[in-house]
Amino acid sequence: MLDLPILSFLIWLPVIGGIGVLIVGDRFGAKQFALGIALLTFLFSLPLYGSFDRSTAAMQFVEFLPWVETFRINYHLGVDGISMPLILLNTFITVLVVIAGWEVIKYRVSQYMAAFLVMEGLVNGVFASLDAMLFYIFFEAMLIPLFLIIGVWGGSRRVYASFKFFLYTFFGSVFLLISLIYLYQLGGSFAVADLQKLPIERMPQILIFLSFLLAFGVKVPMWPVHTWLPDAHVEAPTGGSVILAAITLKVGGYAFLRFALPIVPDAAAQLDWLVLLMSLTAVVYIGFVALVQQDMKKLVAYSSIAHMGFVTLGFFLVYSIAEFAQGNTGANMSAAIMAVQGGMVQMVSHGFISGAMFLCIGVLYDRMHTREINAYGGVVNRMPVFAAFYVLFAMANTGLPGTSGFVGEFLVILASFSTNNVWIAMLAATTLIVGAAYTLWLVKRVIFGDIKNSAVAELQDINQREFIMLALLAGAVLLLGIWPQPLTDVMEVSIENLLVQALQSKVCIGAPVGGCL
Amino acid sequence: MVNIAIATPEIFLLSTICLILLIDLVLKDTDRMVTYLLSQVALLATALLVFSSMGSEKITGLNDMYVRDDLGGVLKVSILLLTAGVFVYARKYLRDKKLWRGEFFLLALFAVLGMMVMASANNLLVVYLGLELLALSMYALVAFNRDDGRSTEAAMKYFVLGAVASGLLLYGFSMLYGLSGKLDIAGVAAYISAQNVMQNLPLLFALVFVVAGISFKFGAVPFHMWVPDVYQGAPTAVTLFLGSVPKVAALAMLLRVLAESLGVANPAWAQMLLVFGLLSVFLGNIVAIAQFNLKRMLAYSTIAHMGFILLGSLSGSTEGYSAALFYTITYAMMAAGGFAILILLGKEGVEAETLDDIKGLNERSPWYAFIMMLLLFSMAGIPPTVGFYAKLSIIQAVMQAGYLWPAIIMVVMSVIGAFYYLRAIKMMYFDKPDNAEPITAEADFNILLGVNGVLMLVLGLFPGTLMGICSAAMVASQL
Repeated sequence: MLDLPILSFLIWLPVIGGIGVLIVGDRFGAKQFALGIALLTFLFSLPLYGSFDRSTAAMQFVEFLPWVETFRINYHLGVDGISMPLILLNTFITVLVVIAGWEVIKYRVSQYMAAFLVMEGLVNGVFASLDAMLFYIFFEAMLIPLFLIIGVWGGSRRVYASFKFFLYTFFGSVFLLISLIYLYQLGGSFAVADLQKLPIERMPQILIFLSFLLAFGVKVPMWPVHTWLPDAHVEAPTGGSVILAAITLKVGGYAFLRFALPIVPDAAAQLDWLVLLMSLTAVVYIGFVALVQQDMKKLVAYSSIAHMGFVTLGFFLVYSIAEFAQGNTGANMSAAIMAVQGGMVQMVSHGFISGAMFLCIGVLYDRMHTREINAYGGVVNRMPVFAAFYVLFAMANTGLPGTSGFVGEFLVILASFSTNNVWIAMLAATTLIVGAAYTLWLVKRVIFGDIKNSAVAELQDINQREFIMLALLAGAVLLLGIWPQPLTDVMEVSIENLLVQALQSKVCIGAPVGGCL
Repeated sequence: MVNIAIATPEIFLLSTICLILLIDLVLKDTDRMVTYLLSQVALLATALLVFSSMGSEKITGLNDMYVRDDLGGVLKVSILLLTAGVFVYARKYLRDKKLWRGEFFLLALFAVLGMMVMASANNLLVVYLGLELLALSMYALVAFNRDDGRSTEAAMKYFVLGAVASGLLLYGFSMLYGLSGKLDIAGVAAYISAQNVMQNLPLLFALVFVVAGISFKFGAVPFHMWVPDVYQGAPTAVTLFLGSVPKVAALAMLLRVLAESLGVANPAWAQMLLVFGLLSVFLGNIVAIAQFNLKRMLAYSTIAHMGFILLGSLSGSTEGYSAALFYTITYAMMAAGGFAILILLGKEGVEAETLDDIKGLNERSPWYAFIMMLLLFSMAGIPPTVGFYAKLSIIQAVMQAGYLWPAIIMVVMSVIGAFYYLRAIKMMYFDKPDNAEPITAEADFNILLGVNGVLMLVLGLFPGTLMGICSAAMVASQL
């Protein structure tokens, strides 16, 4: 089993399958073909979990081929406990997206399906790359299918949204390119493992860190470079919103762990206050912004930004924790691990929940063709099954214990008490109130109350297709909420190893970060 | 030492051109296809001759006027193959527009001969000779549709400005001759290496004129004025030729003159290239946004791309030169493909040249739209297309030479440039077509266009081979 190039398979099967769907065209069976490819990819991703060795932080399922020898770029793939769950999330969500577009998409179906399949392959490539330039290529190439998805199948302001999305993320990532070339000239290699060991002076570290922050912060997206997300979400078709929220945002968070923390630890330690500030602003301020939205998709988009704020908060808490615990590092390593773990669980959980929320909105939109909250009310009377799902996902979004939303937020808040700044924990915890406010108010206005709109009175409850996709997500949300151990187990050793690197100074070798300022 | 064998490909091409010229005289208008086929055979046979002579040591001959090396070989093979492709694309255009005459192919062949001479020149005067043969053929080609006012006007502008630029270049050469008493590349190089370049005012003066002449051929700012007008005014088939192949020749001139003979003076001319290159990247990308005419938009985009090539060359290192060569070859392919799409969309008597003409292309033909999208993303430099590697290798060379800020300006300008490429893609994919007429082309056109588009992706996935060829050519020529 270990000899098969599973990762290559997970990248190229959907890409080539997507091209196949394009060639088959709209005439016959594009949808069935696409679903087959997506299911097959999902099945092939399961062995990643099944034969994953939990006891080592080393990369697994490694593949290595020299690729562009002039620049010593290698086709180097592998996963550890941090990237593996995200690949599974991606293959799982893509299946749902294909199902979600089944009856809804009438225009250029084969191109639609092909775009999502190609996207799936590229995102798997991002998560599996162990070569920085390979990572960058997948990271950039991802923009192309998503640009087309928003632009071709999007809403009325789709041109604006797709351009904003593309140019924003492209602008962020060109600085990443400059940084990677700089690192290459410093160390003569693009391999992530080599870059993580490379000693770098303080000043270059800070500049590199800022470029990472720009590139990945736009992707996450962090306040104040988040403005492309609400536009992209509102205009994208349902499937596009799901992929955006559930998958592409995770790329940014993942990249912080893979690049920013281990490659430039001193700069990260020195500037962690900036990231914490941005994250807390996202959590608190964006939460209030979500409260006043009139458009359901926009509301969920802002709630995504707030939830992703938790992810970056968790990742960058480790420096405050380490600083607070100076002298007895051993004792507080567990708090740091908890913070990163919380961020990771939050990413996976947000993938399920935001995906589910957007699918729910899609279900309503397909029937009513409006996303205005005011147009709804009393949906429960006509769609009881749907309403049950909707309320469940809304509860998960607020972080109710027993759902996956609780685990991540709880771990991050718990970890934030191990810092010397109690305000971080206080502010982070306000999300439990604000998040509950905007989500529950949304539920109240859309699902409950009296039927005020005659169109709502004619709604049909969800059909079998919609039931299947929502039920799958509901299962995932509950499973992760009640029993998160299968997820936290696989990442534990990798996160520990990551933290060893992230807390080790590169300016004065041997000392902890910030140890010899 | 006379070693006439090293010029075999050029001699062969020249004799074939004369032969075709005679044959074309006796052909009836309906048999013009013969001229076309003969031209193609001439190009491919010459390419084969060049190819078979590659891989050997650098040899000079014809009294040291001429050189045969791998760098020249790579340049010449690219020129010949690109021209063969251009002819396939041009055939459809010339037929559609009732310009189906033998002179197009003959003039283009003469231009090719000029470019080959430039690629193999070992003497500043030979460089100039090749340049003039190229330029004179191009002037005539731009005016090819003589009944069209814009075409004639473009030719006039091109001629006047081109003549001034040739004058500048020649003046620079004459000053170099006056200083060193030499015209051959090795002799000038030997003279330069004994000088303290930055203190030698007459030498710097000569350099300014040489660099200006070369920049004009690239169409770099501030010598870019002719580019948009000529691109727009010339018949699209000529724009296609002008916008792709001569760029390789311009790079050949840069490598022979600046790198080989004036290489030691790099610190002096690098500053000029830095300024010209950055201005080109800046102005080209910004002004292209304001263009609604696709030919003008591509003209400004060319200016920006030429800025990248100049910036790549300024590092004076093997990496920089091979990055510039890689960029030029791949750019010529992108430009050829882009203009070919314009030819494809044109109809009898109507030129397709505005953004409106590509509206809804995805509805009319998903395949052509896909190819155009690949070409545009490649021009924008988005992976996994080859344009990304072209930009990557240039930026890496620029940073290697210690120019961090220029590299940052370049990437930021690429983001701004991405906007107008995206706008064209938006027109093709997001908008509905104005007319739903099917698009037709002959098989050879279709196949070549398909190969051209897919090559952007294939070279993007496997850029190693072409990059290897480029750097091997530089190493073999000791650049």
